[in-house]
Amino acid sequence: MNLELKVNGEQWVLDVAAADVLLDVLREQVGTKSPKVGCERGDCGSCTILMDGRSVRSCLVLAVEAEGHDIVTVEGISYEGMSQLQDLFISNNSFQCGFCAPGIVLSATELLELNPNPSRHDVQEALAGNLCRCTGYEPIIDAVLAAGQGQGETP
Amino acid sequence: MIAKEFEYRRPTTLAEATQTLAEHPGLAMILAGGTDLVAWLRDDVIAPDLVVDIKDIPDLSEIKVVDDELHIGSLVTFTDLIESETIHEHVPLLAEMSETVASPGIRNRATMVGNICSAVPSCDAGPVLLVYDTTVHLTGPNGDRSVDINDWFTGLRETALTDDEVVTHLTLKLRKHGGVYVKLMRYAGEDLAQAAVGIAAYPDNEYRVAFGAVAPTPIRSARIENTLHGNELDDDLVARTVAMVPDEISPITDMRATAAYRTHMTAVMLKRGLWAARQRLDGTGPAYGARLV
Ligand code: FES
Ligand code: FES
Repeated sequence: MNLELKVNGEQWVLDVAAADVLLDVLREQVGTKSPKVGCERGDCGSCTILMDGRSVRSCLVLAVEAEGHDIVTVEGISYEGMSQLQDLFISNNSFQCGFCAPGIVLSATELLELNPNPSRHDVQEALAGNLCRCTGYEPIIDAVLAAGQGQGETP
Repeated sequence: MIAKEFEYRRPTTLAEATQTLAEHPGLAMILAGGTDLVAWLRDDVIAPDLVVDIKDIPDLSEIKVVDDELHIGSLVTFTDLIESETIHEHVPLLAEMSETVASPGIRNRATMVGNICSAVPSCDAGPVLLVYDTTVHLTGPNGDRSVDINDWFTGLRETALTDDEVVTHLTLKLRKHGGVYVKLMRYAGEDLAQAAVGIAAYPDNEYRVAFGAVAPTPIRSARIENTLHGNELDDDLVARTVAMVPDEISPITDMRATAAYRTHMTAVMLKRGLWAARQRLDGTGPAYGARLV
């Protein structure tokens, strides 16, 4: 069936089956490789995308469900260079292998959009569904806190 | 990848949805948030011929108060509940529970009604909805009907919903109360419940007590409720009810916890939860969202 999909501001017309999962369509047909295939069951967060500004696990969305929604991946937020958050991830050496990075960048982007001054607890909660097997999370959390307005103490 | 092909429909009215379901008896599944459904499709736990996406049906996303009832549409997500002023004002326990569900990326899609339709033993919404006067409203080819939440869960992953029906919304009778949801997880942040306790304390020492993840379905304990009823909460009364826990639940041992651990912790959670619910009824006690274990 025909599917019109808006990814990173571009309109795509794709031929998909009802059973095609959004994650696979984004990677194989659209060619955006930043969402990663991890657990494929909603547990790891590596396939995270933003749908209408909210983080969503693209492994648990059928491609056909995404019609009419605004899909953003890491490619989409980096067109005009890195975001401040991404720069802070680099300067904090937040990632090692980087497999979890796209999902964490987007989950943290959503958090900072909703709550520009998160506490450490807020950051931990927001990233609780993004597993990282390399870093122990601390440099990731530090970078998100630094991207917040204050230094992230609960008011 | 999902191995088996299926057909996909996105009806725009409830009538169209129920008619489509009726035309495919036993072969169609309803899709809302999809966080259970798509995972189950992938795992071949289910293999429908047809998936009916109800997200284009209007008015199913409402949270509103009508007279003395809270109305929650079947497309209301856990994130919607957490972010709703109405929920925080009237039934903050629903927000407290929602915050414990998986992670933001799941909560942004998963619906509370979907949670009780999937009806896994650890469903977080179950023990909370059971401590309120909750009614599940359904529509089908033969019209509308409603089911008391106490009659909703009929077995492991089974509910009172029939093949050709769609849940439209839930209603909760609003009464003064203090509520509590205590959820045991292996680690903070994101996990299914190993055991869970939902409690509501109402004026005049009326209590409702429900458990999750310690039986094939979420369950209420009439015995514990009756013991509490009409009596001022004190250490002795709490001890007596806590001693009933092993007879009231039937937990299993699996990779997430042993039956013995679940039983022990359920008793601890009941004890802490009873005091917290009682205090919240009085406007004191730990703020909603505070973790008791
Ligand atoms: S691949 Fe989607 S959550 Fe792990
Ligand atoms: S940096 Fe390797 S998984 Fe996070």
